[in-house]
Amino acid sequence: MATTLEPRTTPPPADAAPELGLEADAERAESRRGLLIGLPSLAYLVVFFALPLVIVVVYSFATRSRTGRTILGDWNLDSYARLFDPLVLEIALRSLWLALLTTLISLAFGYPFAYYLATRSPKVRGILLVLVMIPFWSNFLVRTYAWRVILGRDGPFVRLLEPILGTDVQLLFTPFAVVLGLVYGYMPFMILPLYATIERLDFSLVEAARDLYASGWQAFLKVTWPLSRPGVIAGSLLVFIPSFGAYVTPEILGGGRTTMLGSYIVRQFLSARDWPFGSALSVAVLLVMLAAAVVYLRSGGRNL
Amino acid sequence: MKLRRMRMMAVPTALVLVVAACGGDDAADDDGADGEAAAPEAGCEVGEVDGDLSFYNWSEYMDPDLIAAFEAEYDVTVTEDFYPSNEELFARVEAGGAQYDVIVPSDYMVDIMIQESLLMALDFDAIPNAANIADDFTSPPYDPGLEFSVPYQWGTTGIGVDLSVTGEVEASWALMFDEATATAAGGRVSLLDDPRETMAAALYWLGHDPNTTDEEQLQEAADVISSARPWTTAFTSDQYSDLLLGGETAVAHGYSGNFLDNFGGDENYAYLIPEEGATIWTDNLAVLTDTDAPCTAHTFIDFILDAENGAQLTNWTFYASPNAAAEEFILPEIIDNPAIYPDHEMMANLFFLEDTGDAEILFTDLFTQAKS
Repeated sequence: MATTLEPRTTPPPADAAPELGLEADAERAESRRGLLIGLPSLAYLVVFFALPLVIVVVYSFATRSRTGRTILGDWNLDSYARLFDPLVLEIALRSLWLALLTTLISLAFGYPFAYYLATRSPKVRGILLVLVMIPFWSNFLVRTYAWRVILGRDGPFVRLLEPILGTDVQLLFTPFAVVLGLVYGYMPFMILPLYATIERLDFSLVEAARDLYASGWQAFLKVTWPLSRPGVIAGSLLVFIPSFGAYVTPEILGGGRTTMLGSYIVRQFLSARDWPFGSALSVAVLLVMLAAAVVYLRSGGRNL
Repeated sequence: MKLRRMRMMAVPTALVLVVAACGGDDAADDDGADGEAAAPEAGCEVGEVDGDLSFYNWSEYMDPDLIAAFEAEYDVTVTEDFYPSNEELFARVEAGGAQYDVIVPSDYMVDIMIQESLLMALDFDAIPNAANIADDFTSPPYDPGLEFSVPYQWGTTGIGVDLSVTGEVEASWALMFDEATATAAGGRVSLLDDPRETMAAALYWLGHDPNTTDEEQLQEAADVISSARPWTTAFTSDQYSDLLLGGETAVAHGYSGNFLDNFGGDENYAYLIPEEGATIWTDNLAVLTDTDAPCTAHTFIDFILDAENGAQLTNWTFYASPNAAAEEFILPEIIDNPAIYPDHEMMANLFFLEDTGDAEILFTDLFTQAKS
């Protein structure tokens, strides 16, 4: 079965050569046209993605001069050695933990919502989808600042909680505020891929499971959840990756008290004037994210 | 000090800066940056111009009328560009090809730029108005004897308080670092998110030199900051005034000019210079070695150092002027304000933050550790 599904890799039988030659010509022409069409985006990737990345990697092996200039030359691994400082590891672990927490909370709230969304009538679905996307119409920074007002001392939550608890309540500038801001900011990235998968899901399979006496919960666990896993994986990656390297949200809602990797990297450029170390940190973050993506996709690959 | 004039826009600017910083520096080969024995001198006449001027400055830091007056008087065009931090200025200038003539680096950055041979030795024969500079500023530690720079504006780093919460308080770092004092003053403090400034505050409180590189003293300072965390609402370099005015904090660590600008004469707020010692900073006019209009640059510096022009600048920015001759033309509300112009006793208690070389990394790491 498997080989018949991959005609391109099957070696052609000798007697069919002339026809296949034509086919191969056509295929080659097609691939040439493909290259031509792809050229602008390829050039874009090289100039705006590969080249800057190469510069970051090169800088990560450079040396900081006593005055904070970057000496290109005298290449070394000192900046990478510093990645194992307890301070760096502590910040990395904190970023990892907050990003995982953000992903899990987004999934816990996003999945039921996406399920609800996917099972509505097309008209209601359209309205709800627009509602999910409306936040994107205003600037992310402005919306994050709005949370400062909501969580601040004169905000509704503190006003409500203080009389109930009878003590001073501090919500703004806490890790709680950071996670809330991250979940708020990235939730649509969880909902949209989940919605796309669940919407395409064949609900007759769920009916079949129920016909075979599966309880609603069993049907969900055995049918709906495995079939929606591609959406879960895509959504989780889309939330985890930006959360891990987040800069704006922890800066605005964390009050500098919850240092995450993004802020620590910026500090290397803006205050320590240590570009090599900042670059090494960036490379390390990139590699961790890449590894996470690869491992995650591999583990879920069979269901994709 | 590094992020002094980054206000509400600090986060987006920083983002842009990081993007720019990661991409824009491939030309930064170190050809010619080191090893030049002496920077060249211009050899210009007083009032000589040799081309248009490109001026790289902090934003909201120059009265446009002064620029217009200079353009009219010398028949040149002045282009002004802006930067949000000394680090961006340094990155831009160090990469070369920036084509700026006159820049306005802060004190410690002047020192760094001199070491990197980025600044031209000034030809004081072409700057007779340099005689107007006040004695306090003629031999600063970052440029002894003023060979490469002249002071432009100056200010201090101290404490802004919401008097309606704190009541009358003493000007002391105890407001930040002593639990009883901080709690009595409302228990909501913000500290600058700046390793050098905030470590310096703790070092003043401990009675140490703010420029120490002694690891034990630095650790002590970090411990002081760490123990202040329970009542430190936020570490911020660009929002301390907003948080203070919004009631989120009652005591804030920050820069004189920013506080006074934001208080706008409201008597519920005050700016204090702590008696244990505080940081003084200057921003300075300097000419880049690769300028193509050295004489226009010198003439421009001389123009700014003129008594009336210097006063006009301060009347516009509300920062103090290092120009002694300008004082008679400065608005009384500025010159008589001890928060802008501290008396001599206070002046003796103000210290420059100097570049500490490799110890900058220690400052950054200890501070990062202390605050979270």
